[in-house]
Amino acid sequence: MKKKQLAGGLALLLGLGLAGTPALAVDGLEGDPQRGEGLTQTCVSCHQADGSGQNVPGGESWPRLAGLSAGYIARQLKDYQEGRRQNSTMAAFANMLDDQAVADVAAYYAQLPVTQAEGGDDVDDATLARGEELARRGDWNQYIVSCQSCHGPGNAGAGDVFPGIASQHAGYIAGQLRQWQEGERDNDPQGLMAAIAKRMSDEDIRAVSAWLARQRVTSAQGDTE
Amino acid sequence: MKIRKLTLTTGAAVLLAGAASAAWDEYKPLFALGYAEPEEGQLVHIPPTLQDLEDAAMSPELKDVVRRGHDLFVDTQQLRGQHVFNDMNCASCHMDAGRQPFSAALWPAAITLPDYRGKNWQVNSLEERVVGCFTYSMNGNPPEYGSDTMLAITTYMQWLAKGAPVYPDQEIYGRGYGSVAEPEQEPNYERGKEVYAQSCAICHAEDGQGLKQDGQVVFPPLWGDGSYNWGAGMSRINTSAAFIKHNMPLGQPNSLSDQEAWDVAFYMNSHERPQDPRYTGDVHETREKHANFHGRTLYGTVREVDGHLLGDHDNTGEKDFLRPEILRSRTFD
Repeated sequence: MKKKQLAGGLALLLGLGLAGTPALAVDGLEGDPQRGEGLTQTCVSCHQADGSGQNVPGGESWPRLAGLSAGYIARQLKDYQEGRRQNSTMAAFANMLDDQAVADVAAYYAQLPVTQAEGGDDVDDATLARGEELARRGDWNQYIVSCQSCHGPGNAGAGDVFPGIASQHAGYIAGQLRQWQEGERDNDPQGLMAAIAKRMSDEDIRAVSAWLARQRVTSAQGDTE
Repeated sequence: MKIRKLTLTTGAAVLLAGAASAAWDEYKPLFALGYAEPEEGQLVHIPPTLQDLEDAAMSPELKDVVRRGHDLFVDTQQLRGQHVFNDMNCASCHMDAGRQPFSAALWPAAITLPDYRGKNWQVNSLEERVVGCFTYSMNGNPPEYGSDTMLAITTYMQWLAKGAPVYPDQEIYGRGYGSVAEPEQEPNYERGKEVYAQSCAICHAEDGQGLKQDGQVVFPPLWGDGSYNWGAGMSRINTSAAFIKHNMPLGQPNSLSDQEAWDVAFYMNSHERPQDPRYTGDVHETREKHANFHGRTLYGTVREVDGHLLGDHDNTGEKDFLRPEILRSRTFD
């Protein structure tokens, strides 16, 4: 009912302000969570009714959206629409949303409580310890800065640019890190994530995704001051 | 004196011609990122890690104090309103909790102090050096000499120097922030503003105020009341250019050109910040009195874009005093 094909004028609008600073893609549009909920019939088949997504071992995991910041979700949807982030499934669905719908859907998922992640149960203590080291302190000899230096306190997300990664599915985190390594995902501002991902070993990726998936996030995220 | 090859047992080594790779092997990934390799005769020291601390043959009580020092270092905001009156943590400007070369690693202070410092024209102990950090970079009221907090911080620093020689004759590899060659063009506000928008604003925000999440500082403010004051080393353009060149953007060291580093350092330090605790009541007089320091800052100079005289104010930021009483001078006359 509120879904519309992407209007031609939208692309023009988005061409502004993309260089340099990360202007929020749906800047100026206030999302309505209630309206957003009404638009999620398609989303729930993979991201689930509670926004928890699903860890798919050996396949493409579907990320938890619940509790991610609205700005981050909106920006990813815009990036799918504009081809800055590649995923054929998501591109098709994202293109069903106009700007207001993007803002509404983002607002809806942002206010859901963070759900518990899956995956990462098949690692030993030493691997978990390595994961914690990378997430909280980094490995500076390899110039891998800690996840939390950008992803915020408890890796629960910082602002609209750096998503919460604690309590995100291990399969999704590992998959994204590998995509950054390969250059298949490159919509991170200034290549900040790619630079780090490329310094990580397979074991590092396994370790950090397992550790992050096991973390609980209690406080509501998304508010910045 | 003839030294052939000196490799200290614990992690410090002096690089000599023909010496086989040794302790600094660990730093090899850094060289690929554009960091200078150690030069002949330089002292290289790899500070211990927290894991080394767990494994070390030290008393559990001492380990506790080191851990406490580390904790204060990375989360200095726990001292907010007591010793810290801005949004900074020690680790904001000392990467890897003070271990990283070209990032003002802590261990050189522990092996070279007490020493004379031109900043206050006297010999400073390690504690007095830490008092300086709190006075200027944290715009704060430093912990007392000999206090538990001071002991924890200085113990952490000394532990990081474990195995390095005291009062070394050699030049220290990666000391301070290193240096960046003088730029071809005079550092420039407008160019710096462009660099800032492209490379810094994503984290530190267009207005330089950084980012807090749930009340915790993620990216520190670079100017204004939440940042370091006019007496902090980072307000010196040469110091901040070197910090930026060798450490920023986070995860992408050495990615800015020398000119860009100078320009953006100039831009960052062309903004207001809390008053220098050494303020005499007159910004020109203060600049003149500390010319050896302010010769590299923009304090007491006019900002060209709008004619604003930088540092000409009584704003001490969040604290309600100018100069901590703990600062003291001494002579041995």
